[in-house]
Amino acid sequence: MFSSLPSLNVTTLIQQPTSPPRDPQQEGQPQVPAHAHHPDVRLFGLGIFLVADGMTFAGFFAAYLTYRAVNPLPVNAEYELELLLPAVNTLVLLASSLTFHRSSKALMANRMAVCRGWLLLTAALGVTFMAGQMWEYFHLPFGLTDNLFASTFYALTGFHGLHVTLGAMMILIVWWQAGSKGYFTTENHFGFAAAELYWHFVDGVWVVLFALLYLL
Amino acid sequence: MTTNALPVSPHHREPHPVDVQHHTPWHEYFGFSLDHKVIGIQYLVTGFFFYLVGGALAGMIRVELVTPLSDFMARETYNQVLTLHGTIMIFLWIVPVVNGAFGNYLVPFHVGARDMAFPRLNAVAFWMLPPAGFLLLSSYFIGGAAQSGWTAYPPLSITTPAVGQVIWIVSVLLLGGSSIFGAVNFIATILKLRRSGLGLFQLPMFCWAMLGTSVLVVLATPVLAGALILLSMDIVAGTGFFNPALGGNAVVYQHLFWFYSHPAVYIMVLPAFGLVSEILPIHARKPLFGYRSMIYSILGIVFLGLIVWAHHMFTSGTPPWMRLFFTIATAIIAVPTGIKFFNWLATLWQGKLALNSALLFCCGFIFNFVFGGITGVALAQVPFDVHVHDTYFVVAHFHYIVFGGTVFVIFAAIYHWFPKISGRLLNEHLGRLHCLLSFLGFNICFFPQHWLGLNGMPRRVAEYDPQFQLVNQISSVGALLLAISTLPFLINVAWSLWKGVPAGDNPWQACTPEWLTSSPPPVENWLHEAPLVTEPYDYGSPEDAMPVTTVQGRELWSAGR
Repeated sequence: MFSSLPSLNVTTLIQQPTSPPRDPQQEGQPQVPAHAHHPDVRLFGLGIFLVADGMTFAGFFAAYLTYRAVNPLPVNAEYELELLLPAVNTLVLLASSLTFHRSSKALMANRMAVCRGWLLLTAALGVTFMAGQMWEYFHLPFGLTDNLFASTFYALTGFHGLHVTLGAMMILIVWWQAGSKGYFTTENHFGFAAAELYWHFVDGVWVVLFALLYLL
Repeated sequence: MTTNALPVSPHHREPHPVDVQHHTPWHEYFGFSLDHKVIGIQYLVTGFFFYLVGGALAGMIRVELVTPLSDFMARETYNQVLTLHGTIMIFLWIVPVVNGAFGNYLVPFHVGARDMAFPRLNAVAFWMLPPAGFLLLSSYFIGGAAQSGWTAYPPLSITTPAVGQVIWIVSVLLLGGSSIFGAVNFIATILKLRRSGLGLFQLPMFCWAMLGTSVLVVLATPVLAGALILLSMDIVAGTGFFNPALGGNAVVYQHLFWFYSHPAVYIMVLPAFGLVSEILPIHARKPLFGYRSMIYSILGIVFLGLIVWAHHMFTSGTPPWMRLFFTIATAIIAVPTGIKFFNWLATLWQGKLALNSALLFCCGFIFNFVFGGITGVALAQVPFDVHVHDTYFVVAHFHYIVFGGTVFVIFAAIYHWFPKISGRLLNEHLGRLHCLLSFLGFNICFFPQHWLGLNGMPRRVAEYDPQFQLVNQISSVGALLLAISTLPFLINVAWSLWKGVPAGDNPWQACTPEWLTSSPPPVENWLHEAPLVTEPYDYGSPEDAMPVTTVQGRELWSAGR
């Protein structure tokens, strides 16, 4: 407890020779904004939020699996799903993760035109996915309230679709921002990195969702 | 906690001119302030407002239960009142105050930061609270508030009037979102914003409590949000997720609900544990006993807290293996909790106790919470639980946990940190009166309810068998005493803010960093560099034996010395 380390005593800590005491009159107007005191942890914060978001999906999945296990559907219930379109959609979404990754690499190489091109392609793939989802909705033989599977199906895919829509909007915003020179640099590009992390998360959730809803 | 030097001690004061005490202009408390201290006080005052509202609702319940018939209010009104009471006390008083208020005020100090990691998100999280609260209250006037209790179990919540229930859902979703944003902020602040040189195992215990709590919020709250979204679809869109009449499964809601709402108990209690760990060593002049074991207990409670939820559902047709698992897991959670209580007792043991309001409220907490913990272990046993499920025994149990436990700690914390927040001491005579009345009122109100429950009085019903009348009246007298106990507190706060004895920077001679600055602290917490406190509980050293000579200290310390 009372150690032998070279002692940092209290006076050296408190009387900082480099920072003269502030004028009391200026109290209330900090000279350095608080966020300048520490490194940028926004991406870390987004990561924690995505864990929370993932838990929402986990709750939905758990409910769905429980229904599958203990709540048999009525004998005449319609619950068959086509596989081809959702499988193609899955590939589209996975490809969009890849294109975002290419865009990120271009950004790190400071090739902004290429970066924006890949971004636009990513957004286009996202919109394609949503269009495919819409087409599927309109051609399914069951509606929201037809049976428990139908309700769960629409709730899960709808909640995920909301995420894809928000993600596509984010990508378009980032694409627009990347158009002004110097907005994103190789060192400083939080908005871009946030959209990328979010997009990969949404893709990852879809893979689980696809496996549980369509394949299981 | 062994090798580092002691860079600061409570006997050193940060040299600063007296006039740097920063008094925040009043209008900042009503604006979108980004200062963690202002936001903390916003949480505290808003939460206390809703405590008074929720307390008034509790008073209405106790008035109704003075007689066996529903003669004070209609049965539907009673249902609304008890639903609002539970929802307000949990989501608008205890969760926002122990997390939002004290977490925001203290965590940046404790980690040696100028503010939280995301000040703007912090302000957004607070400002989700007032709309949610007023939405909830307003639902009473638009078609009646929700009637299905704070649990909102379907099919009850699907069949009672829809407007109030949907407003309830929107309100709770807002509050849950606020809670998640707060938790993201706490985790980032504690893990990423620590002052250089400050290790995780050198942090004050409150930071560990907030870290554990925030992990629970991040993992559990979204599941409740998902369940409420599905419930609102059942009510509004006619789906049948939780409606057996439409092929759904009401028990799935219970699982999702308790997956959040059991950890919610720890979300309400762990920060209180942290606050007690801060307050006791200072007023006992001893280091916190078992620092590491305190941390591992918190982590153990976090882990176990996530896997005990179905002990709320022993009468919901749970299969035997599930009952066995959840009974055992629940019993095991008493171990880390017990470790914490023994550590606190060991901290008090042979300390130089200053029997002031803060310490007395902490002692009240220890007494009440241990009692609630014992009935909790009893309730985890299936045969006993099946007998008393949904009776007043359960009501008594959880009030011993959240009221006798957490609310007592909130008051202890207010007495302890008021001098830091306002620069003035609270009056000790009024404080001790407040403590005495609270303790008596609380135990007179809730202790008899164990007997009521054991004898079969169901909860949440406005009418009861006449044989229970006398005991219910005793309980209501206790509630009246509790209501009266708030008066000395309110008078104390109002008078002390106006005329209270100036506290000085560090009236308790404490080590933790929030005391090593002026009272109230400047905008960015310290005028100079943040102090490096590697021994937050370094009390009782020979140096610490110096007599307390300050005028304001003498009154407070004499009792224990």
